[in-house]
Amino acid sequence: MELRVENLSCRRGGLPVLAGVSFSVRRGRALILRGPNGVGKTTLLRTIAGLQLAETGAIHAPEESIAYAGHLDGLKSALTVQQNLRFWASAYGTYDISPALEAFDLAPLLNRQAFDLSAGQKRRLGLGRLAVTGRPIWLFDEPTVSLDAENTELFAQMVHKHLETGGIALMATHIELGLANADRLDLGQFRALEDTETGDVFLDGGF
Amino acid sequence: MRALLARDLLLAMRSGGGFGLSLAFFLIVTTLVPFGVGPQTELLARIAPGILWVGALLACLLSLDRLFQLDFEDGSLDLLAVSPLPMEGVVATKAFAHWITTGLPLTLSAPLFGVLLNLPAPGYVWLLASLAIGTPALSMIGAFGASITVGLKRGGLLLSLLVLPLYVPTLIFGSETVRRAIDDQSFSAPLAMLAGITLLACATLPFASAAAIRINLR
Repeated sequence: MELRVENLSCRRGGLPVLAGVSFSVRRGRALILRGPNGVGKTTLLRTIAGLQLAETGAIHAPEESIAYAGHLDGLKSALTVQQNLRFWASAYGTYDISPALEAFDLAPLLNRQAFDLSAGQKRRLGLGRLAVTGRPIWLFDEPTVSLDAENTELFAQMVHKHLETGGIALMATHIELGLANADRLDLGQFRALEDTETGDVFLDGGF
Repeated sequence: MRALLARDLLLAMRSGGGFGLSLAFFLIVTTLVPFGVGPQTELLARIAPGILWVGALLACLLSLDRLFQLDFEDGSLDLLAVSPLPMEGVVATKAFAHWITTGLPLTLSAPLFGVLLNLPAPGYVWLLASLAIGTPALSMIGAFGASITVGLKRGGLLLSLLVLPLYVPTLIFGSETVRRAIDDQSFSAPLAMLAGITLLACATLPFASAAAIRINLR
């Protein structure tokens, strides 16, 4: 199993942001996307997740193999931690929430409403959700936002364990996670536009 | 799918926007009409089928803008789109959950509100039947409108403008069924049309809505 991206171009809001992105990630490896804000990390991840259409190029991954964690955690604040996890576990047909509880030590929070969780606890729940999907390819968009050092370490351990069992992880992050099996990819080299001029004097601040 | 239905019903009950709100709205609309047109019982009896149907339709509209908007705002809709659940199934399940929380209670309580409007006796059974057959179409058409406006800030008003004209056929055939039943005429034609609209909406609109949501998520 392998995630392979060939000559991918994507757009954001009608403007081309990335062109000619090519890479491949083997099982047991992680790829960390780097690049300044606005370079198109989120756009690339959303395209690979299938939420956006690729302009050109192809994404090769086994069917039904991708799980995605975006900026938002997708939690229902009126439901408890357990109910939130249960829902996603049954949506993915695994029906087992224990991997998420172990990964992020969520068991003490099990019957707490998601509304009453702190920002970091919500993030832990949102990231732990990937462990219940049972899918081999994990995509993360800025996973460590609002996590403290201890939980960032837990997150790194969760990803490490996933890689050891033959999984693949692709993430956009600015933090050094200390993952052993990780490669880095600077998206700056695939930038579609040299500058952000739109050809419109108003939008370019000509007035 | 069953998990999604259970989640949506639970959320509807927890957040209070479910069973109670649209019923209360329905009650207020139907009680306002006698205040507006005066207490002539013959007049009320004549307009009762129409008022009850319009009231049900407006009450149904009330909770539509939250159907996908809440899931869009907290990121769940993205995650649902990546999950193994087909988007068509997600739309149909959410429309079904909407019907259980609005259409079903409206249907069951409509005869009670019919009394307030002096609905003639032969109308009750067919009011119940026409609402039971017609309200699923209201939820499904509404889900289609909600999927088009998902992601728009303050899309609620636009949603009403989009959806209300699409409700017209359901309204016409629904209230016509009840009116004909009261006047002792044959009502099988409007009832069959009503059922036809519901079946057509349930068969086609999940696909259209799913396509609209995918485009809106891009």
